[in-house]
Amino acid sequence: MRKITALKPVDKVLAVIGAHRIRAAEPQDSSNISALEGRITGQPKPDYWRDMLGSYASGLTGGGSDRYFLLAEDDAGKLLGFVLGEVRAWEFGSEPAGWVFAINVDPEIRQAGIGTVLFDAVCQRFRQAGVRSVRTMVDRRDHLILSFFRSQGLMAGPSIELEMELPMSREARGAI
Amino acid sequence: MRLQKATRFGLYAVLELARDPGLQLSAGDISRRYGISTNHLAKVMRELGRAGLVAAERGVGGGYRFAGNAKRTTLWDVVSLFEPAGRGPVEPGEETQAGAALRVVLDEVAEIEEATLRSISIDTMLKMRPRVKAQAA
Repeated sequence: MRKITALKPVDKVLAVIGAHRIRAAEPQDSSNISALEGRITGQPKPDYWRDMLGSYASGLTGGGSDRYFLLAEDDAGKLLGFVLGEVRAWEFGSEPAGWVFAINVDPEIRQAGIGTVLFDAVCQRFRQAGVRSVRTMVDRRDHLILSFFRSQGLMAGPSIELEMELPMSREARGAI
Repeated sequence: MRLQKATRFGLYAVLELARDPGLQLSAGDISRRYGISTNHLAKVMRELGRAGLVAAERGVGGGYRFAGNAKRTTLWDVVSLFEPAGRGPVEPGEETQAGAALRVVLDEVAEIEEATLRSISIDTMLKMRPRVKAQAA
């Protein structure tokens, strides 16, 4: 078991796991994050990650925002994984809760506990923000990420996600 | 969701043995602990053995031990050994619009059940055990 050392919230580095560390992401991390996520999903989205890092920047160090973008890196600064979450209040009538939007770990270093440490770190931020529950939404065919969240203790919540395809309007069909 | 007896017994056996990879228990040991039929469990253990989830050790002190990877074996891996697989044959009435619509809803329920069982590993179940209260008989 690796020793995990929590640091003071004011430190830029949030936790140290062996030779790895967790810190808040910064705008200049965008290309590495986009490359890692693109390698995992096969769909690189550089513009999306640049925008996300920009919009989450004020919450990176916990200064006044309830948005958190944290990453894990090795002692050489190589990106190992990242997690993205925020506190949302009164969405569909729900009390404030922490939402995890994305969590990714380099496939070459999986099962080393990096995902768990990232998840714990964002949950710690949620707790500091005063919320008492964390939730996420996962494709039910994505068994790997479902298993990860289950292993962290998440269970099916009281909400069910529903969706439908929107039939194209006559005007839109005519415009094509 | 209702499980057949064999499925439930198989899950009990796997969860009991996976608690400790070094643990060896006979079908009798497990059946006494859960108050279930030893004969029925013995048949279930043979099926689990064929699937590579348990291994039988012969001789004095022998018994069954867990032979899978607890982090990679899911509840679905056990359930699918004993429960009917797939959608099943077309039932009478399903060729109608009402029957087809009912089938869509039942398929949705089945897909969610399967996703849940596929997402929960034996290791996750073992971590859940201390957090849940046992049901009164």
